[in-house]
Amino acid sequence: MGALKDLLKKPWVGPFLALVCVYALFSALTPDTFLRTLNLVTMLRQTAVVAIAAIGMALIIIHGGIDLSVGSTVALTTVVVAKCLQGGASPATAILTALALGALAGALNGALVVGLRITPFIATLGTMSALRGIAKGLADEQKIDAPARGLDNWMAVIPGERLVPYGVWLALGAAVVCALLLGYTRFGRHAVAVGSNELTARLCGVPVARVRLMIYALGGLLAGLAGVLEFSTLTVGDPTDSVGLELEAIAAVVIGGGSLSGGQGSVPGTLIGALLLTVIKAGCTHLGMPNWIQEILTGAIIIVAMTLDRARQSTRD
Amino acid sequence: MRLELGHVQKAFGAAQALADVSLRASAGAVHAVLGENGAGKSTLMKILSGAERADAGELLLDGAPFRPATPEAARRAGVSIVYQEPLFCADLTVRENILLGSEPLRNGLIDAARSRDIARRALEQVGVSRSFGPETPLRQLSPADRQLVSIARALSNDDCKVLILDEPTSALTGADTERLFEIVRKLAARGVTVLYISHFLEEVELIASEYTVLRDGRSVAAGKVADTTRSELVSLMAGRTVTELFPRSERAPGDTALEIRELAGRRLPKSATLTLRRGEVVGIAGLVGSGRTELLRAIYGLDPRRAGQVLVAGTAVAAAPVALAARKVGLLSEDRKGEGLAESLSIAENVTLSGTGQLGPWGLALPATSRSSAARWIAKLGIRCRGPEQRVRALSGGNQQKVALARLLEQDVDVLLLDEPTRGIDVGSRADIYRLIDELAARGKAVLMVSSYLPELISICDRIAVMVRGSLGPARPARALTEHALLLEATG
Repeated sequence: MGALKDLLKKPWVGPFLALVCVYALFSALTPDTFLRTLNLVTMLRQTAVVAIAAIGMALIIIHGGIDLSVGSTVALTTVVVAKCLQGGASPATAILTALALGALAGALNGALVVGLRITPFIATLGTMSALRGIAKGLADEQKIDAPARGLDNWMAVIPGERLVPYGVWLALGAAVVCALLLGYTRFGRHAVAVGSNELTARLCGVPVARVRLMIYALGGLLAGLAGVLEFSTLTVGDPTDSVGLELEAIAAVVIGGGSLSGGQGSVPGTLIGALLLTVIKAGCTHLGMPNWIQEILTGAIIIVAMTLDRARQSTRD
Repeated sequence: MRLELGHVQKAFGAAQALADVSLRASAGAVHAVLGENGAGKSTLMKILSGAERADAGELLLDGAPFRPATPEAARRAGVSIVYQEPLFCADLTVRENILLGSEPLRNGLIDAARSRDIARRALEQVGVSRSFGPETPLRQLSPADRQLVSIARALSNDDCKVLILDEPTSALTGADTERLFEIVRKLAARGVTVLYISHFLEEVELIASEYTVLRDGRSVAAGKVADTTRSELVSLMAGRTVTELFPRSERAPGDTALEIRELAGRRLPKSATLTLRRGEVVGIAGLVGSGRTELLRAIYGLDPRRAGQVLVAGTAVAAAPVALAARKVGLLSEDRKGEGLAESLSIAENVTLSGTGQLGPWGLALPATSRSSAARWIAKLGIRCRGPEQRVRALSGGNQQKVALARLLEQDVDVLLLDEPTRGIDVGSRADIYRLIDELAARGKAVLMVSSYLPELISICDRIAVMVRGSLGPARPARALTEHALLLEATG
């Protein structure tokens, strides 16, 4: 009984119940198509990129920051992966370059926030624009076709052989690693402390600047990883891709119990949030609803989730 | 009778905050409401000021039933409150803050002339004229002046009948406290009833004529201040006889733990030199604003150093909290809510927050380990809570302070820099903290503490230095010092 009570106190329980309800609703409305395994797999596949970006966003939001440059970083990575492959580099080299670039972009954000003391919102608003510009310049404002060299396989569903694409496992793996990092390491504890009250963290001898820098770099690294998967999906490098991805990532974090004032949020919750967004989109598509209804619905869900979370918080203390 | 409360009750969920409170305050009286934290004082004040509604009981204001549904209703009826930590809009002017929510209107716009007039009259009543005016941005005011603005706000309501002052002097210096007392006496002479909440019994004896003591949500005693001794009041509040408020064990000062040489901060302190030995408690007295807090912050590297050196156990240390924490120095912040604790985190998380703590191998921080650490300190320091997982925000001030101290102890620091360790906490917790400080010193820890409460400095410190306008005087044996001498020196 006590264990169940503890479980119910977890911040991601609410979003999880919401996910179950929405899923059940769409299953009931379109039982023929929605419940098919293939649909399930497709939804997971569609969630992978957002989920990885959102996990990075969760780390950043929990430590009291925000990163608006995620979409641009993803677009830039797709371009860089395509460029590398086009130039004859091996997929491994392309991936490592992409990851390093992502981490570097993140570290740049961190440096702006820590070193120049620019508020995260403004700093990453700047890098959002700059990185997008770099991606476009690098790609001559065109899509870059490149030989995928097996990278396209990462997000592929091969019926009868491989049902769940590698990319989904990768997202899950990233989630497990980050959840453990946040909950069970000193670094993770410090990140939560900085997000909860930076002054206290400083007082306690937490190396605040280093924690911030590393969190942003980690967020960038995950954005780079999301970019690699995005390339696998698109099989082209597209500098205009993933505009607004950061907002979806933020939505996922917030639905999953994150607070933009920092200190709160969870990786499982974020995954659930990302899944919820996908299920709504897919469900609407199955119902034949136009895009604009999906968007209204998504907005409504975010606001309802926030309201419920507020109510839950107020009864907790 | 101005204010009469009979058997007032209030519950929050399962917790009975007020079980049975009766209080009678006459017009023009300064009525002290005494009690430890958690006794129900704040709940009672919230009911009177309209922030909460009583579940049961009789409330009469000038003989008429008084049940304010909102703070605004209470204010219109003539009951205003000045909170311990006044909430203010720092970006607005003094006048705008005074009139916030009750701006006089003309044709839908703010009536500038009338609002200036109201603000001016309110400020005159508290006798402010010298340092700031109605158009000064609140940001520029000291905490003491903000408090006066807060009182002026309460008085801007013309028929203020009852003024509630909640721990009004906790942020004030001696001189500002004097000024406040004068205002309170003047208001009382005009027939305003002042409900005065304070932990400082010396103040109560000075300013209040009658009192009511609350304990565990009940009014347990009431009477005239002149007929009751201080120790009787303390015993009434604690519900037990507090024999030893300031325990003192045998201390044997040892090696030098902390040495400060010609230390200067960006603005304050101007110059401070001090040697602190293991097994010693050194106090720093001085007025608010003299640079005592800034000294501790400069030592700990929270504020930049302009000049000077800090040596821990003989080695110079860089001006960064990370460096000092690594050398086993810890600081207890005077700003418990803003800096001292991460209020939204649990007790366990706060206790083990320190950047130097070990909670498992390979940089792991296992929640189970931090819970058991916290549980140990909860038991040792007598922290009243539901368990290690409870959020710090929900604890009383005294218990929060114990959590903040537990963090330093968990960190196993050798040097403790304590900034106002007993500010705003109840007598019982204060006694616990004095005992803890004494025990730490006896065990060979070095304690440097800043306090505005002179009796505690004199009673628990071995030596005391006075900070005057940024310069730290020599530390002298506490036994040879009196409150009077310290005050003279601080104001000199």
